[in-house]
Amino acid sequence: MSPEPDFDVIVVGAGVAGTVTAYLLAQQGLEVVLIERGESAGSKNLSGGIMYCRAMTQVFPNFLTEAPIERRIDRNQMCFMNDDSWFMIDYGDERLHSGGTAVTVLRAHIDAWLAEQCENVGVTVMPGVKVDGLLIENGQVVGVRAGEDELRSRVTVAADGVNSFICRDAGLRPRQKLDQLAVGVKALLKLPDGELESRFGVSDDHGVAMATVGVGAGGGANGAGGFMYTNRETISIGLVLRLDGLVETKKRTIDLFDQFLAHPLIDSYVHGAELVEYGCHLINEGGWDMVGQIVHNGLVVVGDAAGFTLNTGLTVRGMDLATGSAQAAAPAIVQAIKSGDVSAAGLASYTANLDRSFVGQDMKTYAKAPQFLETDRMYNEYGKLLTDVMYRTYGLDTTPRQHLLAAARGALKASGLGLLTVAKDGLKGVRAL
Amino acid sequence: MKLPEVSDRLSGNRFVLDEEESHIEVNQALIKSTGSADRIIAACPARVYSKGPDGDVQVEYAACLECGTCFAIATPGSLSWHYPRGGYGVQFRDG
Repeated sequence: MSPEPDFDVIVVGAGVAGTVTAYLLAQQGLEVVLIERGESAGSKNLSGGIMYCRAMTQVFPNFLTEAPIERRIDRNQMCFMNDDSWFMIDYGDERLHSGGTAVTVLRAHIDAWLAEQCENVGVTVMPGVKVDGLLIENGQVVGVRAGEDELRSRVTVAADGVNSFICRDAGLRPRQKLDQLAVGVKALLKLPDGELESRFGVSDDHGVAMATVGVGAGGGANGAGGFMYTNRETISIGLVLRLDGLVETKKRTIDLFDQFLAHPLIDSYVHGAELVEYGCHLINEGGWDMVGQIVHNGLVVVGDAAGFTLNTGLTVRGMDLATGSAQAAAPAIVQAIKSGDVSAAGLASYTANLDRSFVGQDMKTYAKAPQFLETDRMYNEYGKLLTDVMYRTYGLDTTPRQHLLAAARGALKASGLGLLTVAKDGLKGVRAL
Repeated sequence: MKLPEVSDRLSGNRFVLDEEESHIEVNQALIKSTGSADRIIAACPARVYSKGPDGDVQVEYAACLECGTCFAIATPGSLSWHYPRGGYGVQFRDG
Protein backbone atom coordinates (compact mmCIF):
# COMPACT_ATOMS: atom_id res chain seq x y z
CA MET A 1 0.00 0.00 0.00
CA SER A 2 1.50 3.34 -1.01
CA PRO A 3 1.68 6.12 1.56
CA GLU A 4 -1.06 8.77 1.56
CA PRO A 5 -0.36 11.70 -0.73
CA ASP A 6 1.01 14.89 0.85
CA PHE A 7 -1.04 17.02 -1.51
CA ASP A 8 -3.83 16.52 -4.01
CA VAL A 9 -1.75 18.21 -6.67
CA ILE A 10 1.91 19.15 -7.08
CA VAL A 11 2.52 21.89 -9.63
CA VAL A 12 6.13 22.21 -10.78
CA GLY A 13 7.09 25.69 -11.95
CA ALA A 14 5.71 29.08 -10.93
CA GLY A 15 5.35 30.63 -14.36
CA VAL A 16 2.08 31.67 -15.93
CA ALA A 17 0.88 28.12 -16.63
CA GLY A 18 1.85 26.80 -13.19
CA THR A 19 0.44 29.66 -11.13
CA VAL A 20 -2.86 29.78 -13.00
CA THR A 21 -3.29 25.99 -12.76
CA ALA A 22 -2.50 26.04 -9.04
CA TYR A 23 -4.87 28.97 -8.47
CA LEU A 24 -7.79 27.35 -10.29
CA LEU A 25 -7.29 24.03 -8.46
CA ALA A 26 -7.09 25.62 -5.02
CA GLN A 27 -10.19 27.66 -5.82
CA GLN A 28 -11.98 24.32 -6.23
CA GLY A 29 -10.88 23.26 -2.78
CA LEU A 30 -7.92 21.04 -3.66
CA GLU A 31 -4.73 20.93 -1.57
CA VAL A 32 -2.05 22.26 -3.90
CA VAL A 33 1.69 22.86 -3.62
CA LEU A 34 3.49 25.02 -6.15
CA ILE A 35 7.19 24.21 -6.36
CA GLU A 36 9.59 26.75 -7.86
CA ARG A 37 13.35 26.38 -8.31
CA GLY A 38 14.04 30.12 -8.22
CA GLU A 39 14.49 31.84 -4.90
CA SER A 40 11.05 33.37 -5.44
CA ALA A 41 8.26 33.01 -8.00
CA GLY A 42 9.28 34.74 -11.23
CA SER A 43 12.98 34.97 -10.54
CA LYS A 44 13.86 32.43 -13.25
CA ASN A 45 11.32 33.66 -15.74
CA LEU A 46 11.81 35.89 -18.71
CA SER A 47 9.75 36.69 -21.75
CA GLY A 48 9.84 39.25 -24.52
CA GLY A 49 7.15 40.95 -22.66
CA ILE A 50 3.78 41.03 -24.40
CA MET A 51 0.91 39.20 -22.80
CA TYR A 52 -2.37 38.92 -24.68
CA CYS A 53 -4.37 39.00 -21.51
CA ARG A 54 -8.03 38.25 -22.27
CA ALA A 55 -7.67 34.71 -20.86
CA MET A 56 -5.91 36.10 -17.81
CA THR A 57 -8.73 38.55 -17.12
CA GLN A 58 -11.17 35.63 -17.22
CA VAL A 59 -9.22 34.07 -14.36
CA PHE A 60 -8.47 37.33 -12.53
CA PRO A 61 -11.11 39.97 -13.32
CA ASN A 62 -8.94 42.51 -11.47
CA PHE A 63 -5.83 41.69 -13.53
CA LEU A 64 -5.64 44.94 -15.51
CA THR A 65 -6.20 47.14 -12.47
CA GLU A 66 -4.36 45.21 -9.76
CA ALA A 67 -1.53 43.23 -11.38
CA PRO A 68 1.80 44.99 -11.96
CA ILE A 69 1.35 45.36 -15.70
CA GLU A 70 3.51 47.82 -17.61
CA ARG A 71 1.59 49.38 -20.53
CA ARG A 72 -1.44 48.57 -22.64
CA ILE A 73 -0.21 47.95 -26.17
CA ASP A 74 -2.43 49.79 -28.65
CA ARG A 75 0.12 50.41 -31.36
CA ASN A 76 1.84 47.59 -33.23
CA GLN A 77 4.64 48.05 -35.70
CA MET A 78 5.94 45.37 -38.00
CA CYS A 79 9.21 46.15 -39.65
CA PHE A 80 11.23 44.48 -42.38
CA MET A 81 14.77 45.38 -41.47
CA ASN A 82 17.77 45.59 -43.76
CA ASP A 83 21.25 46.85 -42.94
CA ASP A 84 20.56 50.48 -43.71
CA SER A 85 16.92 50.64 -44.72
CA TRP A 86 13.62 49.41 -43.38
CA PHE A 87 9.99 49.10 -44.29
CA MET A 88 7.45 49.35 -41.51
CA ILE A 89 3.74 48.82 -41.07
CA ASP A 90 2.41 50.91 -38.22
CA TYR A 91 -1.00 50.09 -36.81
CA GLY A 92 -2.63 51.96 -33.94
CA ASP A 93 -6.11 51.32 -32.61
CA GLU A 94 -7.91 52.74 -29.59
CA ARG A 95 -9.97 49.53 -29.40
CA LEU A 96 -6.82 47.66 -28.39
CA HIS A 97 -6.42 50.04 -25.47
CA SER A 98 -10.00 50.11 -24.21
CA GLY A 99 -10.31 46.36 -24.66
CA GLY A 100 -7.18 45.68 -22.63
CA THR A 101 -6.10 43.19 -25.28
CA ALA A 102 -2.37 43.14 -24.75
CA VAL A 103 -0.07 44.46 -22.07
CA THR A 104 3.65 44.53 -21.56
CA VAL A 105 4.83 42.67 -18.49
CA LEU A 106 8.06 41.94 -16.66
CA ARG A 107 7.87 38.39 -15.44
CA ALA A 108 9.64 38.70 -12.12
CA HIS A 109 6.91 41.14 -11.09
CA ILE A 110 3.89 39.57 -12.76
CA ASP A 111 4.70 36.00 -11.69
CA ALA A 112 5.26 37.13 -8.11
CA TRP A 113 1.79 38.71 -8.18
CA LEU A 114 0.29 35.52 -9.63
CA ALA A 115 1.95 33.45 -6.88
CA GLU A 116 0.51 35.84 -4.32
CA GLN A 117 -2.97 35.23 -5.71
CA CYS A 118 -2.26 31.50 -5.33
CA GLU A 119 -1.34 31.96 -1.68
CA ASN A 120 -4.55 33.91 -1.12
CA VAL A 121 -6.60 30.87 -2.08
CA GLY A 122 -4.51 28.48 0.00
CA VAL A 123 -1.82 27.20 -2.36
CA THR A 124 1.41 26.26 -0.55
CA VAL A 125 4.12 28.10 -2.51
CA MET A 126 7.50 26.43 -2.12
CA PRO A 127 10.32 28.45 -3.71
CA GLY A 128 14.01 27.56 -3.86
CA VAL A 129 13.31 23.87 -4.52
CA LYS A 130 14.35 22.14 -7.70
CA VAL A 131 12.43 19.04 -8.70
CA ASP A 132 14.94 16.38 -9.76
CA GLY A 133 12.50 13.87 -11.15
CA LEU A 134 9.15 12.16 -10.98
CA LEU A 135 8.12 9.39 -8.62
CA ILE A 136 6.68 6.68 -10.80
CA GLU A 137 5.06 3.51 -9.42
CA ASN A 138 3.55 0.88 -11.68
CA GLY A 139 3.46 3.30 -14.58
CA GLN A 140 1.66 5.95 -12.54
CA VAL A 141 3.21 9.29 -11.57
CA VAL A 142 2.71 9.60 -7.79
CA GLY A 143 4.78 12.67 -6.97
CA VAL A 144 8.22 14.22 -7.32
CA ARG A 145 11.72 13.87 -6.03
CA ALA A 146 13.73 16.89 -4.87
CA GLY A 147 17.15 16.00 -3.53
CA GLU A 148 16.62 13.52 -0.69
CA ASP A 149 12.97 14.44 -0.33
CA GLU A 150 9.91 12.91 -1.87
CA LEU A 151 6.55 14.61 -2.16
CA ARG A 152 3.50 12.59 -3.06
CA SER A 153 0.37 13.71 -4.86
CA ARG A 154 -2.62 12.36 -6.71
CA VAL A 155 -1.80 14.42 -9.78
CA THR A 156 1.40 16.20 -10.79
CA VAL A 157 1.43 19.15 -13.18
CA ALA A 158 4.55 19.77 -15.26
CA ALA A 159 4.71 23.53 -15.76
CA ASP A 160 8.49 23.61 -15.85
CA GLY A 161 8.92 25.54 -19.06
CA VAL A 162 10.48 25.13 -22.46
CA ASN A 163 13.34 22.95 -21.23
CA SER A 164 10.94 20.71 -19.24
CA PHE A 165 13.29 18.15 -17.77
CA ILE A 166 10.22 16.44 -16.33
CA CYS A 167 8.79 15.66 -19.76
CA ARG A 168 12.19 14.86 -21.18
CA ASP A 169 13.12 12.46 -18.39
CA ALA A 170 9.71 10.80 -18.49
CA GLY A 171 10.10 10.27 -22.22
CA LEU A 172 7.00 12.34 -22.96
CA ARG A 173 8.72 14.57 -25.42
CA PRO A 174 11.40 13.85 -27.99
CA ARG A 175 14.47 16.05 -28.22
CA GLN A 176 13.44 19.25 -30.01
CA LYS A 177 14.89 19.88 -33.44
CA LEU A 178 16.92 23.04 -34.01
CA ASP A 179 14.32 24.58 -36.29
CA GLN A 180 11.74 24.16 -33.51
CA LEU A 181 13.65 26.31 -31.05
CA ALA A 182 14.82 29.88 -30.92
CA VAL A 183 16.90 31.75 -28.40
CA GLY A 184 15.64 35.13 -27.30
CA VAL A 185 18.21 37.59 -26.01
CA LYS A 186 16.85 40.58 -24.21
CA ALA A 187 18.08 43.77 -22.64
CA LEU A 188 15.99 45.87 -20.34
CA LEU A 189 16.91 49.50 -20.95
CA LYS A 190 16.24 52.70 -19.08
CA LEU A 191 16.14 56.05 -20.86
CA PRO A 192 16.68 59.41 -19.21
CA ASP A 193 13.49 60.75 -17.58
CA GLY A 194 10.78 61.76 -20.02
CA GLU A 195 12.65 60.36 -23.03
CA LEU A 196 10.61 57.18 -23.34
CA GLU A 197 7.39 59.17 -23.69
CA SER A 198 8.80 61.59 -26.23
CA ARG A 199 10.74 59.13 -28.38
CA PHE A 200 7.94 56.56 -28.60
CA GLY A 201 5.10 59.07 -28.56
CA VAL A 202 3.30 57.38 -25.69
CA SER A 203 1.42 58.87 -22.77
CA ASP A 204 -0.34 57.54 -19.68
CA ASP A 205 -0.52 53.75 -19.93
CA HIS A 206 -0.44 53.59 -23.74
CA GLY A 207 2.31 51.45 -25.20
CA VAL A 208 3.88 50.52 -28.50
CA ALA A 209 5.33 47.23 -29.67
CA MET A 210 7.65 46.80 -32.61
CA ALA A 211 8.52 43.45 -34.15
CA THR A 212 11.13 43.16 -36.87
CA VAL A 213 11.60 40.54 -39.54
CA GLY A 214 15.30 40.28 -40.09
CA VAL A 215 17.70 42.22 -37.92
CA GLY A 216 19.96 44.07 -40.32
CA ALA A 217 23.35 42.93 -39.05
CA GLY A 218 24.86 42.08 -42.43
CA GLY A 219 22.13 39.68 -43.43
CA GLY A 220 21.62 38.45 -39.89
CA ALA A 221 20.49 34.87 -39.82
CA ASN A 222 17.59 32.96 -41.24
CA GLY A 223 14.72 32.97 -38.81
CA ALA A 224 15.96 36.08 -37.01
CA GLY A 225 13.66 38.78 -35.74
CA GLY A 226 13.80 41.54 -33.21
CA PHE A 227 11.42 43.22 -30.81
CA MET A 228 11.17 46.46 -28.90
CA TYR A 229 8.40 46.99 -26.36
CA THR A 230 7.64 49.93 -24.11
CA ASN A 231 7.23 49.26 -20.42
CA ARG A 232 6.23 51.94 -17.92
CA GLU A 233 9.75 53.21 -17.34
CA THR A 234 11.90 50.84 -19.34
CA ILE A 235 12.20 49.30 -22.79
CA SER A 236 12.36 45.57 -23.45
CA ILE A 237 14.48 45.06 -26.53
CA GLY A 238 15.66 41.80 -27.92
CA LEU A 239 16.48 39.41 -30.68
CA VAL A 240 14.97 36.04 -31.40
CA LEU A 241 17.23 33.69 -33.34
CA ARG A 242 16.01 30.37 -34.60
CA LEU A 243 18.68 27.88 -33.64
CA ASP A 244 19.11 26.26 -37.05
CA GLY A 245 19.70 29.66 -38.65
CA LEU A 246 22.01 30.75 -35.86
CA VAL A 247 24.17 27.63 -36.06
CA GLU A 248 24.27 27.86 -39.86
CA THR A 249 25.64 31.44 -39.88
CA LYS A 250 28.42 30.65 -37.40
CA LYS A 251 27.89 34.20 -36.13
CA ARG A 252 27.93 34.99 -32.46
CA THR A 253 24.59 35.64 -30.81
CA ILE A 254 26.10 38.57 -28.99
CA ASP A 255 27.46 40.16 -32.18
CA LEU A 256 24.06 39.90 -33.87
CA PHE A 257 22.42 41.52 -30.86
CA ASP A 258 24.99 44.31 -30.77
CA GLN A 259 24.51 44.99 -34.48
CA PHE A 260 20.76 45.10 -34.00
CA LEU A 261 21.12 47.66 -31.21
CA ALA A 262 23.39 49.75 -33.41
CA HIS A 263 20.93 49.79 -36.33
CA PRO A 264 19.99 53.41 -37.13
CA LEU A 265 16.26 52.81 -36.59
CA ILE A 266 16.77 51.10 -33.25
CA ASP A 267 19.46 53.54 -32.18
CA SER A 268 17.10 56.46 -32.78
CA TYR A 269 14.93 55.08 -29.98
CA VAL A 270 17.44 53.74 -27.50
CA HIS A 271 20.61 55.84 -27.79
CA GLY A 272 21.90 56.96 -24.44
CA ALA A 273 19.97 54.27 -22.57
CA GLU A 274 21.31 52.43 -19.56
CA LEU A 275 21.21 48.68 -19.18
CA VAL A 276 19.03 47.51 -16.28
CA GLU A 277 19.07 43.76 -16.84
CA TYR A 278 20.31 41.30 -19.46
CA GLY A 279 18.78 37.90 -20.01
CA CYS A 280 17.87 35.18 -22.45
CA HIS A 281 15.40 32.36 -22.81
CA LEU A 282 14.58 29.55 -25.20
CA ILE A 283 11.37 29.70 -27.20
CA ASN A 284 9.36 26.90 -28.80
CA GLU A 285 8.86 27.72 -32.47
CA GLY A 286 7.59 24.42 -33.76
CA GLY A 287 3.91 25.14 -33.21
CA TRP A 288 1.48 22.26 -33.24
CA ASP A 289 4.11 19.82 -34.53
CA MET A 290 6.10 19.93 -31.32
CA VAL A 291 3.28 19.51 -28.84
CA GLY A 292 4.14 16.22 -27.18
CA GLN A 293 2.07 13.92 -25.03
CA ILE A 294 0.29 16.21 -22.56
CA VAL A 295 -1.57 13.64 -20.47
CA HIS A 296 0.00 10.67 -18.74
CA ASN A 297 -1.01 8.51 -15.77
CA GLY A 298 -1.05 10.97 -12.86
CA LEU A 299 0.58 13.76 -14.88
CA VAL A 300 -0.52 16.64 -17.08
CA VAL A 301 1.70 19.09 -18.95
CA VAL A 302 0.84 22.78 -19.39
CA GLY A 303 2.31 25.93 -20.95
CA ASP A 304 5.75 26.02 -22.56
CA ALA A 305 6.52 22.55 -21.20
CA ALA A 306 3.75 21.24 -23.45
CA GLY A 307 4.98 23.28 -26.42
CA PHE A 308 2.20 25.86 -26.44
CA THR A 309 3.75 28.83 -28.20
CA LEU A 310 2.80 30.46 -31.44
CA ASN A 311 4.84 32.67 -33.69
CA THR A 312 2.58 33.87 -36.46
CA GLY A 313 5.08 36.38 -37.78
CA LEU A 314 2.94 39.25 -36.51
CA THR A 315 2.02 38.06 -33.03
CA VAL A 316 4.25 36.02 -30.77
CA ARG A 317 2.19 34.23 -28.16
CA GLY A 318 3.03 32.08 -25.18
CA MET A 319 1.63 33.51 -21.98
CA ASP A 320 -1.98 33.56 -23.22
CA LEU A 321 -1.67 29.95 -24.37
CA ALA A 322 -0.14 29.06 -21.00
CA THR A 323 -3.17 30.61 -19.31
CA GLY A 324 -5.54 28.83 -21.68
CA SER A 325 -3.86 25.47 -21.13
CA ALA A 326 -4.19 25.96 -17.36
CA GLN A 327 -7.88 26.75 -17.84
CA ALA A 328 -8.26 23.52 -19.82
CA ALA A 329 -6.22 21.38 -17.41
CA ALA A 330 -7.67 22.48 -14.06
CA PRO A 331 -11.26 21.22 -14.52
CA ALA A 332 -9.92 17.93 -15.89
CA ILE A 333 -7.74 17.47 -12.80
CA VAL A 334 -10.61 18.32 -10.44
CA GLN A 335 -12.86 15.84 -12.21
CA ALA A 336 -10.23 13.09 -12.20
CA ILE A 337 -9.52 13.49 -8.49
CA LYS A 338 -13.23 13.56 -7.61
CA SER A 339 -13.90 10.42 -9.64
CA GLY A 340 -10.86 8.67 -8.16
CA ASP A 341 -9.45 7.90 -11.60
CA VAL A 342 -6.21 9.83 -12.10
CA SER A 343 -4.92 7.61 -14.89
CA ALA A 344 -4.36 9.08 -18.36
CA ALA A 345 -7.91 8.02 -19.21
CA GLY A 346 -9.27 9.80 -16.13
CA LEU A 347 -7.38 12.98 -17.06
CA ALA A 348 -8.21 12.82 -20.75
CA SER A 349 -10.79 15.61 -20.63
CA TYR A 350 -7.81 18.01 -20.52
CA THR A 351 -7.08 17.19 -24.15
CA ALA A 352 -10.74 17.55 -25.08
CA ASN A 353 -11.02 20.88 -23.22
CA LEU A 354 -7.89 22.10 -24.93
CA ASP A 355 -9.09 21.12 -28.40
CA ARG A 356 -12.25 23.14 -27.84
CA SER A 357 -10.47 26.15 -26.38
CA PHE A 358 -8.73 28.95 -28.23
CA VAL A 359 -5.41 27.23 -27.52
CA GLY A 360 -6.16 24.10 -29.51
CA GLN A 361 -8.03 26.04 -32.17
CA ASP A 362 -5.30 28.62 -32.72
CA MET A 363 -2.48 26.09 -32.61
CA LYS A 364 -4.21 24.27 -35.46
CA THR A 365 -5.13 27.42 -37.39
CA TYR A 366 -1.47 28.43 -37.42
CA ALA A 367 -0.10 24.92 -37.87
CA LYS A 368 1.60 25.93 -41.13
CA ALA A 369 3.13 29.14 -39.76
CA PRO A 370 6.45 27.61 -38.60
CA GLN A 371 7.06 26.12 -42.02
CA PHE A 372 6.28 29.42 -43.72
CA LEU A 373 8.56 31.33 -41.35
CA GLU A 374 11.37 29.03 -42.41
CA THR A 375 11.26 30.65 -45.85
CA ASP A 376 14.79 32.10 -45.98
CA ARG A 377 13.70 34.86 -48.35
CA MET A 378 11.66 36.46 -45.55
CA TYR A 379 14.79 37.48 -43.69
CA ASN A 380 16.84 38.76 -46.59
CA GLU A 381 15.36 39.39 -50.02
CA TYR A 382 11.85 40.53 -49.10
CA GLY A 383 12.92 43.38 -46.86
CA LYS A 384 15.20 44.62 -49.63
CA LEU A 385 12.52 44.17 -52.26
CA LEU A 386 10.07 46.29 -50.29
CA THR A 387 12.53 49.10 -49.72
CA ASP A 388 13.65 48.96 -53.37
CA VAL A 389 10.07 49.51 -54.50
CA MET A 390 9.83 52.48 -52.14
CA TYR A 391 13.20 53.82 -53.27
CA ARG A 392 12.08 53.75 -56.88
CA THR A 393 9.16 55.91 -55.75
CA TYR A 394 10.73 58.26 -53.21
CA GLY A 395 14.31 58.39 -54.47
CA LEU A 396 13.64 61.21 -56.94
CA ASP A 397 16.79 61.97 -58.90
CA THR A 398 15.45 63.83 -61.99
CA THR A 399 15.16 60.60 -63.96
CA PRO A 400 11.57 59.99 -65.08
CA ARG A 401 9.44 58.04 -62.57
CA GLN A 402 7.40 54.94 -63.24
CA HIS A 403 3.98 53.99 -61.94
CA LEU A 404 4.07 51.96 -58.73
CA LEU A 405 3.31 48.72 -60.54
CA ALA A 406 6.19 49.23 -62.98
CA ALA A 407 8.47 50.21 -60.09
CA ALA A 408 7.51 47.03 -58.27
CA ARG A 409 8.11 44.98 -61.41
CA GLY A 410 11.51 46.60 -61.85
CA ALA A 411 12.51 46.02 -58.22
CA LEU A 412 11.34 42.43 -58.48
CA LYS A 413 13.40 41.88 -61.61
CA ALA A 414 16.46 43.41 -59.95
CA SER A 415 16.00 41.22 -56.88
CA GLY A 416 16.34 38.07 -58.97
CA LEU A 417 13.47 36.49 -57.05
CA GLY A 418 11.09 35.82 -59.90
CA LEU A 419 7.39 36.60 -59.92
CA LEU A 420 6.39 32.97 -59.46
CA THR A 421 8.47 32.57 -56.29
CA VAL A 422 7.02 35.73 -54.78
CA ALA A 423 3.48 34.73 -55.73
CA LYS A 424 3.99 31.28 -54.24
CA ASP A 425 5.44 32.68 -51.02
CA GLY A 426 2.62 35.21 -50.84
CA LEU A 427 0.00 32.52 -51.22
CA LYS A 428 1.78 30.32 -48.67
CA GLY A 429 1.91 33.26 -46.28
CA VAL A 430 -1.74 34.14 -46.66
CA ARG A 431 -2.68 30.53 -45.99
CA ALA A 432 -0.31 30.02 -43.07
CA LEU A 433 -0.67 33.25 -41.11
CA MET B 1 23.52 52.17 -28.97
CA LYS B 2 26.29 50.02 -27.68
CA LEU B 3 26.03 47.85 -24.61
CA PRO B 4 29.05 47.23 -22.42
CA GLU B 5 31.09 44.01 -22.68
CA VAL B 6 29.17 40.88 -21.75
CA SER B 7 30.83 40.49 -18.36
CA ASP B 8 29.75 44.04 -17.51
CA ARG B 9 26.27 43.37 -18.85
CA LEU B 10 25.94 40.52 -16.42
CA SER B 11 27.26 42.53 -13.51
CA GLY B 12 23.88 44.27 -13.29
CA ASN B 13 22.11 40.92 -12.86
CA ARG B 14 21.62 39.19 -9.55
CA PHE B 15 23.30 35.78 -9.29
CA VAL B 16 23.38 33.40 -6.35
CA LEU B 17 26.56 31.42 -6.92
CA ASP B 18 26.61 27.73 -6.04
CA GLU B 19 30.22 27.41 -4.97
CA GLU B 20 30.03 23.67 -4.43
CA GLU B 21 28.59 22.47 -7.67
CA SER B 22 28.67 23.34 -11.36
CA HIS B 23 25.51 22.52 -13.29
CA ILE B 24 27.45 22.19 -16.54
CA GLU B 25 29.97 19.54 -17.54
CA VAL B 26 31.60 19.07 -20.90
CA ASN B 27 33.02 15.93 -22.40
CA GLN B 28 36.15 17.54 -23.85
CA ALA B 29 36.91 14.86 -26.44
CA LEU B 30 33.37 14.63 -27.73
CA ILE B 31 32.61 18.33 -27.68
CA LYS B 32 35.61 19.04 -29.88
CA SER B 33 35.30 16.09 -32.24
CA THR B 34 31.62 16.81 -32.93
CA GLY B 35 32.15 20.50 -33.64
CA SER B 36 29.87 21.32 -30.72
CA ALA B 37 32.57 23.39 -29.06
CA ASP B 38 32.55 26.14 -31.68
CA ARG B 39 28.77 26.09 -31.86
CA ILE B 40 28.16 26.61 -28.16
CA ILE B 41 30.94 29.18 -27.85
CA ALA B 42 29.30 31.27 -30.60
CA ALA B 43 25.69 30.78 -29.53
CA CYS B 44 25.81 31.33 -25.77
CA PRO B 45 24.41 34.82 -25.07
CA ALA B 46 26.26 34.97 -21.74
CA ARG B 47 29.66 33.88 -23.07
CA VAL B 48 29.81 31.01 -20.60
CA TYR B 49 32.03 29.02 -22.95
CA SER B 50 35.47 29.87 -24.25
CA LYS B 51 38.47 28.01 -25.60
CA GLY B 52 41.40 27.69 -23.22
CA PRO B 53 45.07 27.81 -24.25
CA ASP B 54 45.15 24.01 -24.39
CA GLY B 55 42.14 23.97 -26.73
CA ASP B 56 39.82 22.70 -24.03
CA VAL B 57 36.40 24.30 -23.60
CA GLN B 58 36.32 26.35 -20.42
CA VAL B 59 33.04 26.82 -18.61
CA GLU B 60 32.18 29.91 -16.59
CA TYR B 61 29.05 28.37 -15.10
CA ALA B 62 28.48 31.25 -12.70
CA ALA B 63 27.52 33.49 -15.64
CA CYS B 64 24.90 31.10 -17.02
CA LEU B 65 21.49 32.66 -17.75
CA GLU B 66 19.95 29.17 -17.89
CA CYS B 67 18.36 29.39 -21.35
CA GLY B 68 19.41 25.93 -22.53
CA THR B 69 20.65 26.97 -25.98
CA CYS B 70 23.98 25.14 -25.53
CA PHE B 71 22.23 21.95 -24.54
CA ALA B 72 19.92 22.15 -27.56
CA ILE B 73 22.70 22.62 -30.10
CA ALA B 74 25.46 20.43 -28.65
CA THR B 75 25.65 16.88 -29.93
CA PRO B 76 23.96 14.61 -27.36
CA GLY B 77 26.51 13.25 -24.93
CA SER B 78 29.04 16.03 -25.42
CA LEU B 79 27.51 18.32 -22.81
CA SER B 80 25.75 17.66 -19.56
CA TRP B 81 23.57 20.62 -18.67
CA HIS B 82 20.92 20.90 -16.02
CA TYR B 83 19.41 23.71 -13.99
CA PRO B 84 21.44 24.77 -10.93
CA ARG B 85 20.27 23.52 -7.54
CA GLY B 86 17.18 25.17 -6.10
CA GLY B 87 17.67 28.81 -5.14
CA TYR B 88 21.00 29.11 -7.01
CA GLY B 89 21.92 30.71 -10.32
CA VAL B 90 20.54 33.82 -11.98
CA GLN B 91 17.64 35.50 -10.18
CA PHE B 92 15.96 37.99 -12.47
CA ARG B 93 14.81 41.15 -10.78
CA ASP B 94 12.64 42.13 -13.74
CA GLY B 95 12.70 39.24 -16.20
